[in-house]
Amino acid sequence: MKNLESFIDELLSRIGNSPDRLLQLLCEIQYRYSHIPAEAVKLLADQLRTPPVQILTVIDFYAFLHRKARGKYDILFSDNITDRMLGNIRLLNSLCKKLGVKPGVPRSDGQVTVGLTSCTGICDQGPALLVNGMVISRLTDQRIHRIVGLVEAGIPVSNWPQQFFVVDDNIQRQDKLLSHGIISGSAIDALLVKGGDALLGWLDQSGLRGRGGAGFKTATKWRYCRDTPAEEHYVVCNADEGEPGTFKDRVLLNKYADCVFEGMTLCAGIIGAKRGFLYLRGEYLYLREALQEKLQKRRDTNLLGKDILGRQGFDFDIEIHMGAGAYICGEESALIESLEGKRGIPRNRPPFPVTSGYQNQPTVVNNVETFVATARIAVFGADWFRSAGTEESSGTKLLSISGDCARPGIYEYPYGVSIRQVLEDCGASDTQAVQISGAAGATIPPQEFYRKIAFEDIPTGGSFMIFNQQRDLLEMVQNFSRFFCHESCGFCTPCRVGGTLMSNLVEKVMVGHATSYDIQEMQNIGLIMQKTAHCGLGSTAPNPVLDTLNKFPGIYSERLLNRSYEPAFDLDAALETSRHLTGRDDEGAHIRYEK
Amino acid sequence: MSTKNTFRLDGKDIPFEDGETVMDAALKAGEYIPHLCHNPDYPPHGSCRVCVVDVNGRHMCSCTLPASGNMDIDNSSEAIVDKRRALLQMLFVEGNHTCPACEKSGACQLQAVAYSTRMLSPHFTHFFPKRSIDASHPEVVFYFNRCILCGLCVRVSRDVDKKSVFAISGRGIDSKLVFNSLSGKLGDSELAATDEAASVCPVGAILPKFVGYEVPIGERLYDTKPISVVGDVAANHHAKRPLVSDDPNE
Repeated sequence: MKNLESFIDELLSRIGNSPDRLLQLLCEIQYRYSHIPAEAVKLLADQLRTPPVQILTVIDFYAFLHRKARGKYDILFSDNITDRMLGNIRLLNSLCKKLGVKPGVPRSDGQVTVGLTSCTGICDQGPALLVNGMVISRLTDQRIHRIVGLVEAGIPVSNWPQQFFVVDDNIQRQDKLLSHGIISGSAIDALLVKGGDALLGWLDQSGLRGRGGAGFKTATKWRYCRDTPAEEHYVVCNADEGEPGTFKDRVLLNKYADCVFEGMTLCAGIIGAKRGFLYLRGEYLYLREALQEKLQKRRDTNLLGKDILGRQGFDFDIEIHMGAGAYICGEESALIESLEGKRGIPRNRPPFPVTSGYQNQPTVVNNVETFVATARIAVFGADWFRSAGTEESSGTKLLSISGDCARPGIYEYPYGVSIRQVLEDCGASDTQAVQISGAAGATIPPQEFYRKIAFEDIPTGGSFMIFNQQRDLLEMVQNFSRFFCHESCGFCTPCRVGGTLMSNLVEKVMVGHATSYDIQEMQNIGLIMQKTAHCGLGSTAPNPVLDTLNKFPGIYSERLLNRSYEPAFDLDAALETSRHLTGRDDEGAHIRYEK
Repeated sequence: MSTKNTFRLDGKDIPFEDGETVMDAALKAGEYIPHLCHNPDYPPHGSCRVCVVDVNGRHMCSCTLPASGNMDIDNSSEAIVDKRRALLQMLFVEGNHTCPACEKSGACQLQAVAYSTRMLSPHFTHFFPKRSIDASHPEVVFYFNRCILCGLCVRVSRDVDKKSVFAISGRGIDSKLVFNSLSGKLGDSELAATDEAASVCPVGAILPKFVGYEVPIGERLYDTKPISVVGDVAANHHAKRPLVSDDPNE
């Protein structure tokens, strides 16, 4: 383990040896060794002066960190409902069969693991998978066949065919934000010329609200943060885009990263921050290198670093912080916990991050798209921005469109656009429902297609998934319920237990064992989760069930048993222990239900 | 005290000081709000959600909620008690809580709070998880079946005992309590039976060895008076009060 020791020494000197660096250290070890060896835990515990158990609890929290080796090739199929609709499960089974592995279980020769993971944000060009963190899009039988050959031949992923790893931006409709580029540094120039108060005034007049979905006024957030006296202030860009069906941040980070950094620097100048973080979801690891290069270029041109653009004392730099497979870290206080190297458990609020965030210092956390908008507003002005959108929702919104339509991809619209218009533009027909704002969002039936994308009608972080009449919407509900169970942090009772009960009931409906009593139960559990959960994940997790029960009751009723009660107890399953003990598995050792 | 620094709880005026939570102020005023993960001796946590109340129409967790003068709080309507009961039922089905076979029965906060919400059955489908017992420690035994993940032992061991013996690992329904030792066994951790963390468990997950049914059933902490009168398990433990009712006529 000499190698491991020197590797960790190198990491500690490069990344730092304080406990808040823990997650970043673990990520690097995972990338290198395909797991965190026990020896590494010991070394880190000594170096960071942290109890070993604390390190283990962090490893066990993040889906992309493992205590046992995953093998030379760690293959994870994206498992959003849109991937399912494109046949990901068939391809996964085919790959497993060809490689001789069971899903989730490393092959005995240590060569490969094949499993599932939550939505990877490649919905417009799926089905997709990650192999050692790199994205392969547009999976087909041919691609699976070739992957088998590459794995068996032991070809390093860096030598796999480059066309496998092509991820297109797929921008189908541009409006103000995407079509009006700015020159690097011009937003910072505006700040230096006009001053922070003036810029905050512009942001105020522009009416800009957070693009993550919650819609808090950006100027108000920045002002609160600036006006909270503290030793340090921080800027955080939330690029933990995990809402199933959304991928706009991936495109912004690929094509408009400089503008994202410009917006963050603008914010830093206004609130007085010296350090900023881009929290990049683990699924977007493949973007990291290019982002680092862009940051370096900005440092080289004095747009980051000391005395930015010659303004004495304007020091600011940005660091990329990797996530590791935890949807909950998109919640801003969980994200901050994760930035501090901990498990991503949402904090109790108040205090809010804007007064007590990273290291308990005032912190602005904004969405990628929000930062792009702020930089544009600093250059083009408030009126330019306000001229699009509605009274309460100014500007434009990027939609990530996937599912049943001819032209999936990124669509930028002024706020106030109707769902019908969007469907027409992307070539959707025979639409049964649209799921807006991801798994936690709203299921919209055709009679509501007149409704508008806007904070005052249907707010969204950008996910827009389309289901045609041939789809079984209950499969969507099942996919989302499983997703929430998998992504629950486990902190509070209603989400941890209620979410599992809910998902189990959805499965019961799915297999045709549920009764109207179970439907009532789902409604009760959903209400308890909505009302009592600790954070937004828990309180919105029942939405797909409650929304479809309300708007698509048919998908449930057609599967219900026509009786008042059906026990959850499964007599045949209960006999499993006896079968195991007696070594029997014949017909007579089973109880079969008449359906 | 100015009239400004009071809030309404079930129609009563409850005084509070700046920075106090609704829970702190209510308990001080002698008003009981059911709770499990909260222990007034330590900073609030907010994970069990049992202390949920309705504040001006919104459901809030009272142990973490800073009190303010404009609050009109419902702590006892059917709507609130129904939700608390459901949360307790969730905790009951998540673990394996066989009260009649548990040494803590009668002095268990989970059981007592369940009685206080008039819970009559676990209602939801039992998970019946397969969980073990860790008896590796010479003086203390840990029953995973009974752990409700309130995090009290985690916090107290870390903040008071300065040992960080306990931690919660995993996530979602796979969350579980773990011990800080290389073997993962409680016996190899730094826990001492005299640690505050060893006596803070509100349920029967952490129990001392070699003590069994010292206080007979029928004379236990919650056997004659409800938890709203008697208070928390840990508070009674710290006060070194006997785990029996003072008044034999009760």
